[in-house]
Amino acid sequence: MSESQTIENAADGMRGLKPAAQRHSTGRASPLGQLFLARMRMFYRAPEAIFWTYGFPILLTIGLGVAFRAKGVEKVTVAIEDAAPLAQVRASLEKDPGIKAKVGTASQCADWIRKGEAMLAVINADGVEYRFDPTRPDASLARLKVDDVIQRGAGRPDAVHVTDMTATAPGARYIDFLVPGLLGMNLMGGGLWGIGFVIVDMRIRKLLKRLIATPMRKRDFFFSVLGARMAFMVPEMILLLLTGRLLFGVAVAGSAFNIAVVIAVGAVSFAGLGLLAASRADKLETITGLMNVIMLPMWIFSGVFFAASRFPDAIQPFIQALPLTQLNNALRAVISDGASLSSQWMPLTILAAYGTVSFLLALRIFRWT
Amino acid sequence: MKTTGPAIVCEDLRKRYETIGQKPVDALVGLDLTANYGECLGLLGPNGAGKTTTIEILEGLLPSSGGKVEVLGMRWGEHDTQLRNRIGISLQETRLADKLTVIETVRLFSSFYEKQGDADEILQSLSLDEKREARVMTLSGGQKQRLAVACALAGEPELLFLDEPTTGLDPQSRRDVWEIIRRQREGGRTTLLTTHYMDEAERLCDRVAVVDRGKVIAVGSPAELIQRIGGDHVIQFALKNSNDSAESHVELFSKLPSVQACHVEADGFALTVSAPHECIPALVERLGANRLQLGRLTTRNVSLEDVFVSLTGRRLTAEELADKAP
Ligand SMILES: Nc1ncnc2c1ncn2[C@@H]1O[C@H](COP(=O)(O)OP(=O)(O)OP(=O)(O)O)[C@@H](O)[C@H]1O
Ligand SMILES: [Mg+2]
Repeated sequence: MSESQTIENAADGMRGLKPAAQRHSTGRASPLGQLFLARMRMFYRAPEAIFWTYGFPILLTIGLGVAFRAKGVEKVTVAIEDAAPLAQVRASLEKDPGIKAKVGTASQCADWIRKGEAMLAVINADGVEYRFDPTRPDASLARLKVDDVIQRGAGRPDAVHVTDMTATAPGARYIDFLVPGLLGMNLMGGGLWGIGFVIVDMRIRKLLKRLIATPMRKRDFFFSVLGARMAFMVPEMILLLLTGRLLFGVAVAGSAFNIAVVIAVGAVSFAGLGLLAASRADKLETITGLMNVIMLPMWIFSGVFFAASRFPDAIQPFIQALPLTQLNNALRAVISDGASLSSQWMPLTILAAYGTVSFLLALRIFRWT
Repeated sequence: MKTTGPAIVCEDLRKRYETIGQKPVDALVGLDLTANYGECLGLLGPNGAGKTTTIEILEGLLPSSGGKVEVLGMRWGEHDTQLRNRIGISLQETRLADKLTVIETVRLFSSFYEKQGDADEILQSLSLDEKREARVMTLSGGQKQRLAVACALAGEPELLFLDEPTTGLDPQSRRDVWEIIRRQREGGRTTLLTTHYMDEAERLCDRVAVVDRGKVIAVGSPAELIQRIGGDHVIQFALKNSNDSAESHVELFSKLPSVQACHVEADGFALTVSAPHECIPALVERLGANRLQLGRLTTRNVSLEDVFVSLTGRRLTAEELADKAP
C-alpha cells in the first residue's frame, strides 16, 4: 500500500505546484495506474476481503497446526472387556506407554468401537478375540501393536532386536507437509474468488458496461485486475510462511527467489482460471457454482491435506492434470526439499499453460454488458 | 472538430431483443432521428418506448438489428476508440464502485480520455465538491446521479448522451444538471437527452423527438410541436351532476366551435381549442340545454405535456388491445 500512497502523494504534490492549465500537457494520469489504484482501494477498503485473504488462511494454518502438532508417539486407545480371564492381558496392556486402556463390559466395548472412541476391543473368548473395523487404517495398526504387546507379555521373545526412531524432526512432520499445501490452496482461492467474484460483481452492477463506454483499453483493465491480485498475494504468502515458521518451526529449505517464482506462476495460473470463470457469468449464483465445480475436486484430490498419491492409480492421470496438484508438488519441492527451479520445469510449464490458455480464452469470450 | 451537419443520424433503426424461451421484443421498429451539432435534442416518450435502446445503440453499447447509424460522421465498428474519446455517457442505471471516493471516481474516468478533464472543476460544476472525499456508497440517490453525469463529462466530450439524468433529483440538483447542459450548448457541443419531465424538455431542448412504440412519431422545437396540435389553449372542466359515462359526452364536446381535441381526464375533460372566447359560451349553453352543471372550469396555454398526451394518448388503447391479443 505504501507505494500506491506514494504515487498519489506525488501526484497531489504536482497538482499543488502547477496551475490547472499546465497540468494537461505535463501531469497526465495513466489509465493503467488509475485502474490499479482503484482496484487496490476497493480491496483494502473492504474489511471482509481483508479477512478472507489474510485472516482466514492464517487462522486455518494455526488451527490445523495445533490439531496435528507432534504429540510424541500417538497413544492407541484399546477397549478391554472386564473379564477375569483377561486379567493378565489387561495388566500388560495397561503397562505399555503406547496404549491407553479403557475397561468395560463387552457391550460398552462394542459401543466404543462403533463411535471411534477406541480403535480395537479385546474381548474374552476362547483365548482373546480382537474386534475392530478393518476399513480404518488406524485399527489395523492398533491390532498389530496390541497383539505384539499381549504376546510379549505372555513371554514371546523378540526374534530380532528393534529400536523405534520417530520422524518428528522439523521438515518431516505433518505441519511441514501442510503449510505448502495451504499456500497452494490460498493461491487457488484468492485467484478464483479475488478475480472471478470481483469481475462478476462489476458486471452485475453494470460497472463493466460503464467502463467499456469509455476509451479505456481493455488490456489495461485486465492487467490492473491481475496486477492488483499479485500485489494482494505477496503479504498473504509471507504471512502464511511466517506463521508456519514462527509458530510451528516449519523449515524453509529453498531460496526465497525460487519460492517466489513458483508462487507467482501459480498465482497467474489461478488468476487466469478466475478470469475465465468470470468471463460470461452474470449472476452471483452462476459464478459461485462455477467456483465450487472448479475448486472442489482440487480441494479433495490435489494433496492439500494429505498426499495425492493416496488415491487409486486409475485416477492419478486426472489428479496430476489438476493445476493445484502441480502447484502443490512444486511448492513442496522448493519449500521443503530446497529443489531447484529447473527440476520443477514440468509443474511450472503445466501451470503456465493453464494460465495462458485460460487468459487468452477469457479475453475472447469476455462479456462487458 | 466538425461543427456543421448532423452529429447523429439514424435511419430506419431496428432492434429486436431475443430472449431464449420468450417472445422476441421489437423495441425499435424503424426509428429515424437526426441531431445537429451544437443542439440539445430531447427524447420524450412513455416507459418502454425505446429511448434507452436508441441511446445505447448510438453509444455503441448495443448492436442494432438493422438500419443506419452515424455518430459524429463515424460508424461503430470502424472508429470506436475515436468515437469513445469524443462522447460522454451517463447510463440510465449506473452503479459506480462503492468503495471509491467521488474524486477518485472522476479521476479514474478522466484518465481514460485523450482530453483529461479537470476532476475538481467538474465536481464544482455539479456542486459535488462538498462530497469530494465521500465514498460513493454514502451518497444519496441524487448525488450518485450527479456523479454519473460528472463521469460523462470526464473526457470533455463534444457529444453528450444523458439517459434520464434528472430523474429523482431535487429541484436544485436538477438546475445544476440543466446548467451543465446549457454550458455544453454554449460551447457548441451536442447533447442527446431523455427525460420524463416536460418542463425540462421545454426549457432545455432545441428540439424534441417524441418516441412511441419504437418509432419517432413527432419531432420539432417545443414551440413547433405545440403549434402542430392546433389549439393554443386548453379548457379543463368538470361536471357536477352527470350520471352518464364520460365517453358519452366526448362527441358532444368535440363538436363545439374551435375545438381541436377532447380528452377525458381523471376528474373531467380537457378541450384543446384555438378560440376560447367562442368555445366557452357555446359550452355553457350546451350544458344548460342538457341540464348539466359545471363543477370547475379553468383555461391555460398548451404545453408540451399536452402535445405528449395528444400524441401518445392512443397508447393506452393500443396496449389494451395488445394485452387482449395473446
Ligand atoms: N434486454 C432486454 N431484453 C428484452 N427486452 C428488452 C430489453 N431491454 C429492453 N427491452 C424492451 O424493449 C422496450 C424498450 O425498452 P427501453 O428500455 O428502450 O425503453 P425506455 O423508453 O428507455 O423506457 P423508460 O422510460 O422506462 O426508461 C421495452 O418494451 C422493454 O421491455
Ligand atoms: Mg430508459
